[in-house]
Amino acid sequence: MEFLRQATWSPYLVGFAIGVLSWLSFLISRKALGTSTSYARTSGMIWQKYDRDLVLNMKYYQQYLPEIDWQWMLVIGIIIGSFISSLLSGEFSLSFLPATEFESILNQNVLGRIFSALAGGMLVGFGARWSGGCPSGHGISGTLQLSLSSWIAAICFFISGIAVALLLY
Amino acid sequence: MTAEKKSRLIKGLITGIIFGFLLQRGGATRYNVIIGQLMLQDFTVVKIIVTAIITGMIGIYFLLDRGLVELSPKNHSLKQVIPGGLIFGVGFALLGYCPGTIAGAAGQGSLDALIPGLIGITLGSGLYARFHENFGDLLARGSFEKPTLPERWNINHWKIIFPLAGILLALLLLLEFRGL
Repeated sequence: MEFLRQATWSPYLVGFAIGVLSWLSFLISRKALGTSTSYARTSGMIWQKYDRDLVLNMKYYQQYLPEIDWQWMLVIGIIIGSFISSLLSGEFSLSFLPATEFESILNQNVLGRIFSALAGGMLVGFGARWSGGCPSGHGISGTLQLSLSSWIAAICFFISGIAVALLLY
Repeated sequence: MTAEKKSRLIKGLITGIIFGFLLQRGGATRYNVIIGQLMLQDFTVVKIIVTAIITGMIGIYFLLDRGLVELSPKNHSLKQVIPGGLIFGVGFALLGYCPGTIAGAAGQGSLDALIPGLIGITLGSGLYARFHENFGDLLARGSFEKPTLPERWNINHWKIIFPLAGILLALLLLLEFRGL
């Protein structure tokens, strides 16, 4: 029980467990772990409320139907799982400005954080869909299947992420 | 909804609950941990990803050899993964979360993730769908004929997995020895 209440677990234990989860996901669901396609589906679900014909005729939404699927539920599950984990460890707390050692107007000022999260989120969403995945889909699931394009994508995520973070903070 | 579809959705939800629990407990849903990784000061994220890759690839290829799983390797062109990946990284540094960890951040009460962050990602994904309408086919051209390294090099996958696992383990050991 004590173990379940610890604030953090070793990253090696967590990484190992995520690796095992990827086996189970392939075995049980025949799916690789990933998340970013779900945001594209969500955008289509919202957009089609305004212009259904346009959305249904777009190539992207014909490939990724604007509907709830396995991965979309996985993203909902992540929210729930993280909520349970943070409640058990006592780490749950409502906050808008993230606690950080790398203080900047981008994370310690409400308007600055609205800007960084909104603009950063847009680039993350756009970039993830352009590259076809995110640090879960490319960075874990693609790399572990030895997909060359996923290894290149994962390296690109970190190259520009590191460069921009070093410039900003 | 058919029973089969419902069962798939429930499998997704349960997989996600475990994934979210692990990401949160590993610290990967914290802004400070992700920015710390990009600042090359806190290597939690790299440790989690690299350990997951080592564990995952050995297990998945073991299961593949026994005919228990089918691979679904992503296969994108360089015109997709390089510019897309670099744009992603810029957003990653500003947002401080990725599409998986932002959902976890929302679950632990981080409202910056829940409100502007999720709105931003959804908007960005919708904008890409619009961009894809004009440029998607062009960008997809030139994807690799054979998506995975063993197929490309035409060698047994274990001849890649063992050396790669060795390199990745050495990287983790190096991080530990340097106290990172």
